[in-house]
Amino acid sequence: MTLLSTADVAPSVPSGRRLVPRHALATRLTHWINALCLTILLGSGLQIFLAHPALYWGQSGADADRPAFEIGAETSADGAQKGFLRLGSATFDTTGKLGLIHNDVGDFTERAFPRWATIPGWRSLTLGRRWHFFFAWLFVANLAAYYVFGLINGRLRRDLVPTRHQLRPREILADIVDHLSLKFPKGEAARHYNPLQKFAYLGVIGLLLPLMILTGLTMSPGMDAILPWLVELFGGRQSARTIHFIVASLLVLFVIVHLTMVVLAGPINGVRAMITGKLAITEEDEK
Amino acid sequence: MSEILLPKRRLMGRRNFLGLSVAGLGVTMLGGCDRLSDSPKFEELLNSAEGLTYRAQRLFGGGRSMAREFSPADLSPDFKVNGTHAPDAPEYAALHEKGFADWRLRVDGLVVRPLDLSLADLRAMPQRAQITRHDCVEGWSAIGKWQGAPLAEILKRSGLQPSARFAVFHCADFYEHAADGTGQYYESIDLIDAFHPQTILAHSLNDEALSVGHGAPLRLRVERQLGYKHAKYVMRIEMTDRLDQLGRGKGGFWPDRGYEWYAGV
Repeated sequence: MTLLSTADVAPSVPSGRRLVPRHALATRLTHWINALCLTILLGSGLQIFLAHPALYWGQSGADADRPAFEIGAETSADGAQKGFLRLGSATFDTTGKLGLIHNDVGDFTERAFPRWATIPGWRSLTLGRRWHFFFAWLFVANLAAYYVFGLINGRLRRDLVPTRHQLRPREILADIVDHLSLKFPKGEAARHYNPLQKFAYLGVIGLLLPLMILTGLTMSPGMDAILPWLVELFGGRQSARTIHFIVASLLVLFVIVHLTMVVLAGPINGVRAMITGKLAITEEDEK
Repeated sequence: MSEILLPKRRLMGRRNFLGLSVAGLGVTMLGGCDRLSDSPKFEELLNSAEGLTYRAQRLFGGGRSMAREFSPADLSPDFKVNGTHAPDAPEYAALHEKGFADWRLRVDGLVVRPLDLSLADLRAMPQRAQITRHDCVEGWSAIGKWQGAPLAEILKRSGLQPSARFAVFHCADFYEHAADGTGQYYESIDLIDAFHPQTILAHSLNDEALSVGHGAPLRLRVERQLGYKHAKYVMRIEMTDRLDQLGRGKGGFWPDRGYEWYAGV
């Protein structure tokens, strides 16, 4: 590490801080393409979901079957229209937020998700599908490129696989305490991911993103004929559709936590590192 | 460590700045997506994914891959009727009144021998029954048992001219009466799907003659594609070498309105 001495000290950085290489070009490129794809896939996915905002478990499921999850609008006993979200036997009133949405002129419209959440904003299953499938291809190609580069330059293993030391319960516990007390690594420690980061990134890159692709593929009747075992693995097409929705929700949760952490840990430094590849670390904190 | 106080104050400023940037970026992006959605050039770019999907599925599946067939225990208790519930054309009403005794399936276009087949003719042909899952583009699925003559059998009888590339299904229902005169339901498939063993012209659903809602007297089943490809109220099969002269030129009622012509996805 001492090899990176004078050459890496940018003149604009105040003394005591220096810029060190943090993210490979391939990591940075694939990160931002992935961020773009996931944003568009979420918005267009919600647009597609507007067409039938109900989830089932099993091979089939339609209007006559009882959904496990449903967003909709109904007229209550007093004649007022209400938006609702139903999960199993629990029903929540979501008027104005989900199911029944305010439109431009202030009236209510039956719509599972508000305009700002869908791509395009207006109702269009056709355009939602076009956006979704175009960016699904880009997303798959990008993830494949990430895997290939990560395996070739060894970063996948070096950056994301926890060391034996990090896997010790005491280390994990210490990291949880650090996270809860919002203590972020400085100096040398900031040059590597901590155990919780590695678990989160590995979980997303190794499990959630592939699951999105695989459950997404099973939505296609053509793919179900080509890979019949895949849709069975998820318990049928409607189960796979439900899992697709659950994993998408987990990804949204991850992004919320991820962005919160970036903001708390120092957004300029973090975002700059993901753009230029260089992270500023403070010398005093180094041992 | 005394530094900590300073960055903390700065952090608030950064947080506000970043929050505003993210919100601004979000609004710009969504607005941008809406504007892009309105641009025909961009739509064309998005649509290019369909060709990729079609080629990939044909490469890996081709004519060989089969849609899963289920057991009677898997049948949906209620098979949802979607699209046209009853064609409003008087010609159809007249045929329906006589139990489709006067109905004939016309097979023509780039064939060797044009055919006019009655329901009895179709029932007398080799039959195939299959319990399959019907996937609607909206997202729901229903499982039903379909029975009818394979399209391959019908095309074997009519023969094909060498230039034939697509089978077009002309239907009795006007799904809408559009100002440009289009709106009559039609669909088309390539020859790979036309000769696929599970592609049948079904006269029965769950061992009963098709109801009007499900497309009486005859509907297409093309099991590796989405529901809107399964044309109901089929009156005529036209073999053709091009799709750009029918309807609005995209090969089907819904494809003319923006949906994928290849609906394997």
